Amino acid sequence: MDFTFSPEHQALRRMIREFAENEVAPLAAEIDREHRVPIETMRKLGEIGLLGVCFPQEYGGMGAGETGYCILMEELGRICTSTATNVGAHIGIGAMAIYLDGNEEQKRKYLTPLARGEKIAAFGLTEANAGSDAANIRTRAVREGDSWILDGGKVFITNGGYADIVTVLAVTDPALGPRGGITAFIVETQWEGFKVAREEDKMGIRGTSTAELVFEELRVPHENVLGKVGEGFVTFMKALDMGRLTLGAACLGGAQAALEWAIRWAKTRNQFGVALAHKQSVQWMIANMATEIEALRSLVYRVAWLVDTGRPFSQLAAMCKMYGSEVASRAIDMALQIHGGLGVTRDFPIERAFRDARIAEIFEGTNEIQRIVIAANIFRQHGVRIRP
Amino acid sequence: MEFALSEDQRMFRNMFRDFAAKEIAPRAEEIDHEETLPQDILRKAANQGFLGATLPEKYFGAELDGVSYAMLIEALAGACVSVALTVATHVSLVAMSILEHGTDAQKDEWLEAMAAGEVIGAFALTEPEAGSDGQAIATRATPDGDDVLLNGVKVWVGNGEIAGLFLVFAKGPEGIDAYLVPRDAPGLTVGYREPTLGLRSMFFNTVYLEDCQVPSANRLGGAGEGWTVAQKALDRFAIAVAAAGLGVAADAVDVAAQFATERVQFGVPIAKKQAIQNYIAEAHIEVEALRYLVYRTAWLADQGRDFSAEASVVKAFGARVARNVTNRMVQVMGGYGFMEDYPMARKYRDARMLGLVGGPTELHYVRVAQHIFAERDLEITP
Repeated sequence: MDFTFSPEHQALRRMIREFAENEVAPLAAEIDREHRVPIETMRKLGEIGLLGVCFPQEYGGMGAGETGYCILMEELGRICTSTATNVGAHIGIGAMAIYLDGNEEQKRKYLTPLARGEKIAAFGLTEANAGSDAANIRTRAVREGDSWILDGGKVFITNGGYADIVTVLAVTDPALGPRGGITAFIVETQWEGFKVAREEDKMGIRGTSTAELVFEELRVPHENVLGKVGEGFVTFMKALDMGRLTLGAACLGGAQAALEWAIRWAKTRNQFGVALAHKQSVQWMIANMATEIEALRSLVYRVAWLVDTGRPFSQLAAMCKMYGSEVASRAIDMALQIHGGLGVTRDFPIERAFRDARIAEIFEGTNEIQRIVIAANIFRQHGVRIRP
Repeated sequence: MEFALSEDQRMFRNMFRDFAAKEIAPRAEEIDHEETLPQDILRKAANQGFLGATLPEKYFGAELDGVSYAMLIEALAGACVSVALTVATHVSLVAMSILEHGTDAQKDEWLEAMAAGEVIGAFALTEPEAGSDGQAIATRATPDGDDVLLNGVKVWVGNGEIAGLFLVFAKGPEGIDAYLVPRDAPGLTVGYREPTLGLRSMFFNTVYLEDCQVPSANRLGGAGEGWTVAQKALDRFAIAVAAAGLGVAADAVDVAAQFATERVQFGVPIAKKQAIQNYIAEAHIEVEALRYLVYRTAWLADQGRDFSAEASVVKAFGARVARNVTNRMVQVMGGYGFMEDYPMARKYRDARMLGLVGGPTELHYVRVAQHIFAERDLEITP
């Protein structure tokens, strides 16, 4: 076993950290306050190749694998959850579905500009009545000659308000349902019939766009069917597996930042004649945070290694997302408590981290769904079939 | 033991709930978003007698018993925690301190106006270097003839921006003193307002005291007795904070339970899923435990004995329940729990503040431990 990062990955981390501290950190408070997506950051990330971090070089990528992608998400998560979320929606699920199941033509046409950040992707799965129950989607696609006509809509779509490309899941055969009746499409948002109906006002990750999308007689050429007709649900679930791992990596960064703030403040703040670091209540919080963060770090990079070496990882990715989001929430909560008043004022980043962190327990599959996935995997190995 | 509410208490509770539902709940989202507390809300609360809730009738107070007052704060917090704690700061921290420690002249000067809502009270103890360690305050009270000059900076002054009267703690020649400082006292400036995570319709300000001149007769309590005044005020406030935690937690369970009956996934209302049932059941159990702890502590406070240990118990528990319950209820609502046009995100942000406002939970743990070990003749210092 070798638990060290390669020299290439270490160099990549240094480069990302420098970028995050110089380009992302100065905007973090502003984009939260102004409820604005930092598109300029996405373009810069694209220019230096980071939006293609895990994709092969032939498609404009960096070829740094899932490990490299986790490093990117960890370092961005440490500085700005909104930026990490924008990148995660773009690479981890949006472009990922094209990378996983797109044909050569689609990869050249769509993945390459996405990897370079010239275009931005979103992942169109969730609907008003299909959240955790993702198979319950109602968006319809009907074949018409060389095209498909899409009608319906999506809600809570990250990057939805400004994306150029949205991968959309639609029902093509209601009789078959998720096993053969659901198909994935690559949709260009400039096409007629595509509309952004609404932007959500959220508690946190306010530097992201969470949009409701409406499709009205949206014509999609048949060549934009992603994967095979009827197999879209599988494509989307595979992309979500990758997204879950890297969301765990972003949470690792968020938790790490909270620990760093907490240590710094515990050293500086004096009450009752001593630094807070000398109080056992504070020591316990720091020890618990640090232990959970180490456990999460090991989990995240072990799963990245599984992906990079072509091993099965689905169940562990669910654990990354679930455990990662809960570790981050706990760590940030403790850091907030240690900071007292400074923890709840918007003049200091912990307040924002607290609002930002909460969504990770909900989106990309609620933690309840992750627990079902994990339990179903375990029971399947013991001959028991679990339904949600 | 008698656990039933009296006829009066039941009547009051209904009245509080009606008021909260009618006058506050419909505006809670808007005032949170705008981070303001419109004057008419406080005026209406004053008309109902809430701003003099526990003051004697002599000062036009409503003379509520402790349990009824806790139910008032609970009901207000169910609709909006900011309104509840604005009232609690005014009543528990300031008006009741004057009633308990004030001279007849001080009571006559302030209490009627406070009950009428003409004067709102603010509490000025915390300083940049004195948070949990309240006795470390650096603000000075220097005698100057018949007056006293106050110099220092107070932060996180609850109700600062809207207050007509500040209860200010400062170090005098004989220890910590408490002073009643009118807003128009020369040398008092209300400054920066904290942009907060939750309680966004409440005002927390920095207050500057620069040779702030008040008559010596404005000292509340004896020379050097300020720390006792502060402690007793914070004990009363602790119960109110716990009552606010009860209100926000109970309402969160209501909202989420309703959502769980309406939200269908996998072909059934999510209320039919055991994970959701567990969240709701755990939350309900914690709310019920908190409810009777709050009422009991409120009752105990009326009995005239020291209740400082019990106040810390209920404050720590109330803050924890409010935080845990709203956190789980966000989860029940999924994505909708994270959206600001649904009430749960606000409740979650507000509830988190309760673990800090009125002293952090860790400080209350110290006080509980002090009480436990004092019975074993062991002195605990924070």
